[in-house]
Amino acid sequence: MNFETELANGIFCIPECSICKKIVWPPTEFCNHCFGTISLKKGDFIGKIIEFSKQNEEYFCLVEFENTIRIICKMTQTPLIDQSVKITKCGISDGSYFFHIN
Amino acid sequence: MSDMVKVGIAAYGITPFTKNDQKIESSLLESTKNLFDDNPKIDRNDIDAVLVSTNNNSKYLSPILSEMAGIQPKIAHSIESLCNSGTNSIVSAYSYIASGLADVVLISGAERYDSPGQILDWDNSRGEFKHPIFWASIFTKSYKREYHISDEQLALVSVKNHKHAKNNPNAISNKTYTIEDVMNSKKLTDDLKLLDCSRPCTGSASIILASEETTKKLTDSPVWITGIGQKITSAGFTKNKSLSSMESTKLAGNSALQMAKHNISDIDVVEVHDAFSVCEPMALESLGFVNIGNGTSMIRELYDTNNFKVNPRGGLIGSGHPLGATGIAQTIEITQQLQSIAGKRQVDNAKIGLVHNMSAAATSSTVLVLEK
Repeated sequence: MNFETELANGIFCIPECSICKKIVWPPTEFCNHCFGTISLKKGDFIGKIIEFSKQNEEYFCLVEFENTIRIICKMTQTPLIDQSVKITKCGISDGSYFFHIN
Repeated sequence: MSDMVKVGIAAYGITPFTKNDQKIESSLLESTKNLFDDNPKIDRNDIDAVLVSTNNNSKYLSPILSEMAGIQPKIAHSIESLCNSGTNSIVSAYSYIASGLADVVLISGAERYDSPGQILDWDNSRGEFKHPIFWASIFTKSYKREYHISDEQLALVSVKNHKHAKNNPNAISNKTYTIEDVMNSKKLTDDLKLLDCSRPCTGSASIILASEETTKKLTDSPVWITGIGQKITSAGFTKNKSLSSMESTKLAGNSALQMAKHNISDIDVVEVHDAFSVCEPMALESLGFVNIGNGTSMIRELYDTNNFKVNPRGGLIGSGHPLGATGIAQTIEITQQLQSIAGKRQVDNAKIGLVHNMSAAATSSTVLVLEK
């Protein structure tokens, strides 16, 4: 299973090099450090809100996971800087990834 | 570097920036025609290379432009790098000349208002927020938070650049605005108003670079490219370590100044890539014109003293942003400033100028130093 297959099923995984263990983001086929193959780490990852803004009634937040990966996620409640969050819903829609957090 | 061929700007042509529904090929030809009309000494048989700068999806545009303009160059190809395609094309032309592969190079940049270069589809780290207003909002929020800057202070960038654009006959904007106008313009996000944004538009700009000997034959007022700096830190917005400064700009600026053997304090006039209001103070700080966090103070002082030093043509916000043409239009502006022919936009006694052109939330930057 690759990252996008898992994501399309609503599962967020963290891509990691099977050789040097570096987290590789955005997900690709090979590690950008050692060109090792990528494996997927599953889990209930906790993210931290780095920055955010708001459009209409929804917030878009830059969220960092594992001190490495940064993703823009959607949130409905008022966010706080450094707030811990989890991905509640994710997937692929019209070719774009989407991530909702709470 | 000292053994390199000196490369100069020998000629240029530009079109008005509009919302017109014009074919990309016609747009490219229009600025090219303007260039040759204004410079009858240039023999089209002497053009060794034709480079087209655009994000348009049409193919084979350099040979097409060559054929339409009656040129049979040795080298012809397109260059795409989102918003800094224009200056990247100039760097490529410089390299062809410096290497001896070409003596005279025509660079023509053009874009349509509906350019596909506005969205970087690959950058899935942005999730469903791929439009540039989202990275610009994150930058703006972070910059305001870090340096205690107000929306009104940032709105002055738009006020200043629209004021400058009023004196630029090719600018898309012919209106001036107050801070209140900017603040009351359509709210795109909590941190970004419509008038904080540059507008995609249709437009074209062309320039000819040549070796030292040929440049001197083609123009009585040559301008030389004495410094080039480029840096790519990533492609994806979320890889930016800082959200309130531009690392690629800092590194590219340092490289360009080092090559030109100048300090930032030597620069008399500058075009910076103000894709959004917050980009102007961030760029000024990252280039070293002012200490970090003080960019808006510098902008306030320039505005209050009617000083056109920064973005004299109106920047991207006032002039419009036809992506592939923008870097070339910026370079033409600085060239005109150094030639002292910028009219009401003229900065007194400008001898050394700088162009800052960036892409995709400052993940890459190109900086040129120009001298007369």
